[in-house]
Amino acid sequence: MTWTTLQTAMAEQGYIANDDLAMAVHLALSLSRPLLLEGAAGVGKTEVARVLSQVRQTELIRLQCYEGLDAAQAIYEWNYQRQLLSIRAAAEDGETGRSVEERIFSDEFLLERPLLKAIRREKPPVLLIDEIDRADEEFEAYLLEVLSDFQVTIPELGTLKAKSRPIVILTANGTRDLSDALRRRCLYAHVSYPDRSTELAILKARCGEIEDKLAGQIIGFVQSLRQEDLEKKPGIAEMLDFAAALMGLGIADLTQDPVVLQASLATLLKTESDRFNITTEVAQRLAGKAA
Amino acid sequence: MSRVTKFAARDPGPIARLVGFVAHLRDNGFRLGVAESELGLEALTQAPAADAEATRHALRAVCTGSVEEVERFDDLFDAYWLNGGRVATKSVPTQSAASDHVHSSRNAAEADSNAERDGGTGAPRTPEGAGEDPAEADGTGRLLASLTQARMKQDLRDLVRPEEIAEAQLVAQRLGAALRDRRSRRRRQQQKGDRLHFRKIIRNSLATGGEPLHLSRMQRPDRPLKIVTLCDVSGSMTIYAQVFLAFVAGLMRADPTADAYLFHTRLVRIAEALRDRDALRALGRLSVLADGFGGGSRIGASLAQFNQTYARRFVDGRTVVLILSDGYDTDNPELLGAALARLKKRGCKIIWLNPLKGWAGYEPVTRGMAAALPHLDMFRAANTLADLAALEQELTRL
Repeated sequence: MTWTTLQTAMAEQGYIANDDLAMAVHLALSLSRPLLLEGAAGVGKTEVARVLSQVRQTELIRLQCYEGLDAAQAIYEWNYQRQLLSIRAAAEDGETGRSVEERIFSDEFLLERPLLKAIRREKPPVLLIDEIDRADEEFEAYLLEVLSDFQVTIPELGTLKAKSRPIVILTANGTRDLSDALRRRCLYAHVSYPDRSTELAILKARCGEIEDKLAGQIIGFVQSLRQEDLEKKPGIAEMLDFAAALMGLGIADLTQDPVVLQASLATLLKTESDRFNITTEVAQRLAGKAA
Repeated sequence: MSRVTKFAARDPGPIARLVGFVAHLRDNGFRLGVAESELGLEALTQAPAADAEATRHALRAVCTGSVEEVERFDDLFDAYWLNGGRVATKSVPTQSAASDHVHSSRNAAEADSNAERDGGTGAPRTPEGAGEDPAEADGTGRLLASLTQARMKQDLRDLVRPEEIAEAQLVAQRLGAALRDRRSRRRRQQQKGDRLHFRKIIRNSLATGGEPLHLSRMQRPDRPLKIVTLCDVSGSMTIYAQVFLAFVAGLMRADPTADAYLFHTRLVRIAEALRDRDALRALGRLSVLADGFGGGSRIGASLAQFNQTYARRFVDGRTVVLILSDGYDTDNPELLGAALARLKKRGCKIIWLNPLKGWAGYEPVTRGMAAALPHLDMFRAANTLADLAALEQELTRL
């Protein structure tokens, strides 16, 4: 598969990737390296992993990172309650300590969490490590180890080697600065807001029945809205919501009804001060420019 | 159209060229090693060789690691590979002085400006670059800037003595210890904890036939908070700068995670300079950075600049931002209020230490201070080291 066929395959699944991103994903697949995607919220970083799993027809395993994420949630955990019951039952049956120990520390009592799950699949899954910058540094360090060796050591079971190398996608949006070591281990692509033609293609791919004129206006409006000084710029998902809202309201022209336009801005602007700053006049000016 | 660089005839081949390119990036502040060169070669086998754009995308994925690098990559790529058909004199690099600097992604922005100053964004090995007049390279822009910005240039070494730094280091250490975060979600094993440590209990119970005789517990551990100091060194602050700079220097030496900035009419990051092992040399380096020391102050603009750049990366919920300033701002006070509100949204705590507050009958009536007050977690007086030390108690309660 060359990088252009990958790009087309992703487009068939409804993801319009620019050349830069398509090449990065292609390299991640062919060199089996983890891919770090960075960019503002709402530019479709997570979506890359989902689409990739569809293109490769494989499972998507997602690990959502958060502050305080630890091994028990990311790798594995023993099912302690079952173990406890099992030990008691064994004591009554007169089972020897040795065999009890072997039994309660077996696969049966192991709860697989995303990282372990990903390396124990026969067919390489897509492992999405979402918002890695929310996890703390210690976890990042551990992740480095897993990503370079693709093996997990469980004291009671020994070292579990990967049956297949998962396709690893990491996303970050700058909550915290990532370590150089992690950056070096990964291929890197910065996902920015799409340009006009790309975004138009995304809208067409997702809302097939939208009229050309309205589609052009929506994209023009959203693109110029991003140029304004906003606290939270509208992402692609917001743009699609906005389009869906306008279509649901039966609007054919963005400039036709200022009240409706202002109301449907609820799909694009998500903070109070942004709503306050984009007044009816500003919205009309932007819509006029887009028309 | 042949924009592609013509390499010299005795050039050993593609491997040497790629290594030369990686070295070219390294000269411009990218942190790349042998592994990247190797990966880059591998990546090139995956891209159509004749397609310059595909090559560009492939090398970008391998060689960059942050937004700043992505932004600079295109120019560097053009300079090396698409050099308007000029002959690249040598593609295998020699170690140049520029690569001796250790750049980290943490100060990528700084490295950026350094590289630009060195004229590093262009191809370093074009014949034109070699014959540059050193006097010309110095630039006239800086002279102009010093006329308008730094009316009074001061050597900080005259201002701060090393003994004071040592003293301040102790104070800073104690303050750092007082600032602890107790909101960790991860639990560690501890003598007295609020949760049972199941893993440990099960293991121990094996010895007693599954009877958990001893219950181990776990507790959320305390974590240190990261301290970011923003020190005002404008004209009105000159007499207090001595104490504050000693404190900041001490803090940087006591706490490896702390971060520090100076501001007057603009913002300068001083963390790297202050970490110099030699305290006196650190101040020397600082004096160079603090160009504009003792001039006017634009607190609002400096904070806004901080928000847009460094704060995005370094300020989070586990950070305490310490602002050392008298609040005399030549900017619009609304700007200061808005900048602080935005900073506050990153989840950090903001402490403002104002030397003037120590005066009898002082009221925070300067318009800047009044705009800032609603966003502060703590507003205290401090103009001596003793005052800073006394903060310890209060910080514990924060």
